[in-house]
Amino acid sequence: MATITNLVYLLSAALFYFGLKNLGSPKTARHGNGLAMLAMLLAVIITLLSRQILDFTYIIVGLVVGSLIGIIVAKKVQMTAMPQMVALFNGLGGAASTLVASSEYFQLSTQPEMNVLATLALSIFIGTITFTGSLIAFAKLQGLMKGAPITYGGQHILNGIMVVGTIVLGTLFVMEPDNFNLLLGILVLSAILGVTSVIPIGGADMPVVISLLNSYSGLAAAATGFVISNNVLIISGALVGASGLILTNIMCVAMNRSLTNVLFAAVGTESDDSGGGSTEKKQVTRYTAEDAVVIFDNAESVIIVPGYGLAVAQAQHALQEMAQILMDRGMNVRYAIHPVAGRMPGHMNVLLAEANVSYDLLEEMDAINDDFKNTDVVLVIGANDVTNPVARYKKDSALYGMPILNVDEARTVMIIKRSLSPGFAGEENPLFYDEKTMMLFGDAKKMVTEIVQVLKG
Amino acid sequence: MSDVILMSIYIFVLAIFIGFEVITKVPPLLHTPLMSGSNAISGITVVGALLSTGAGHTTLATALGLFAIIFATVNVVGGFMVTDRMLDMFKKEKNK
Repeated sequence: MATITNLVYLLSAALFYFGLKNLGSPKTARHGNGLAMLAMLLAVIITLLSRQILDFTYIIVGLVVGSLIGIIVAKKVQMTAMPQMVALFNGLGGAASTLVASSEYFQLSTQPEMNVLATLALSIFIGTITFTGSLIAFAKLQGLMKGAPITYGGQHILNGIMVVGTIVLGTLFVMEPDNFNLLLGILVLSAILGVTSVIPIGGADMPVVISLLNSYSGLAAAATGFVISNNVLIISGALVGASGLILTNIMCVAMNRSLTNVLFAAVGTESDDSGGGSTEKKQVTRYTAEDAVVIFDNAESVIIVPGYGLAVAQAQHALQEMAQILMDRGMNVRYAIHPVAGRMPGHMNVLLAEANVSYDLLEEMDAINDDFKNTDVVLVIGANDVTNPVARYKKDSALYGMPILNVDEARTVMIIKRSLSPGFAGEENPLFYDEKTMMLFGDAKKMVTEIVQVLKG
Repeated sequence: MSDVILMSIYIFVLAIFIGFEVITKVPPLLHTPLMSGSNAISGITVVGALLSTGAGHTTLATALGLFAIIFATVNVVGGFMVTDRMLDMFKKEKNK
């Protein structure tokens, strides 16, 4: 029976691999997800049949309750809340690893092997950090706590001490497994570390954090796999751990910031939408929807640059309506998606897909950046830092070196924003004061809807 | 170091290499569903939770295992459904 179980586990792992692989193309992505679901189902079923399970009552209860909660939450969540949902689910996965490891602790044989004890402690460490860290990420994105970094003197040293402390406790635990307090100590320190590691990171950097925590939850699963010698946990955990790490790296490269900078440099200020940010009084002219339409009437090409503000205002449907009208008039309409626009990589893509924007109109930054100089109009909606030219030359800016979209090379730039306030990097955008820039102040959804009405009427 | 542990380490290391290979080829377009999907896969912990709870040992161990099952199942079911919702929205322009 064990052989069959392990063979099915191998099949599951293979299906996970193909599942992730198929997620690589929009045509096969849905199949990829389906394969992964099948893999999970196989792993669960063969485990239930493996005769290692004696008591089914609690299992049924657990599976049913978990499924119900998962289904209800998944159906009701708004697309804009997707990033924090991923964070929450991820946190639960981390907690599950901790709980399994804890349960295993109370089922240990009288002479547990050293590697079992070591991976047990490791499971609890990684799982708990993932759990509390994910909760903080969720709170920041959901607006339950402020997005700005929370810093205090000596925090990195304190975090470092806690990590060392955990390692010490872990080592002691391996030598003295009967001492439950050591394990408890690891749990408490890990929980605190999860919080203190994430609070100094600004809300705008949450995508990187979530991706990293995603990786951790995979590693926690793998560690748990070592504890109970279960191959499917080891393989799948490693797959997820590695994929999360690569994605984190991709995101850091896109921001041109190192991971250490993201995690420790406390970049970002409170995003102040009450309208202040400029210390000097500079001339800015307010334009209206009618002005915008005049420009559209004389333009042949437009590139739309969406940002997080689009998601917040839920303006994606109005935007698609506007784009469709322009396309029906023969205009060339495309979308330029900066790698870190929005709250998660690909966030803008998901948002626009929800509004039925065909995905071949979406262009990545590298593909479209040279086209701005040949474009008549750029419409920036709810995006800021990704268009800020300051990133090219201001060496002491948090944005310096980040590749940006060359919107300033287009003939006319229209920016829809609620106010002149700076983005998360706290950097003023000189683009706002440029002569060829038209600032359209207002809520993104209202402004775009007004433009649509003027276009129609 | 016993053979079993050694084999487990081999598997772990190889799986990491495979993970790297698979992920580098995903376009930014799909990064969010990817994060959501791989997050659902990390719910594989549910297998460990099933084994822990089903072993029928002490009440404490079973209780911990039960909560582990619930959390891991939410992770799995919620994660896959949310990923599916996202992927359902990617469609090419309806030409007919």
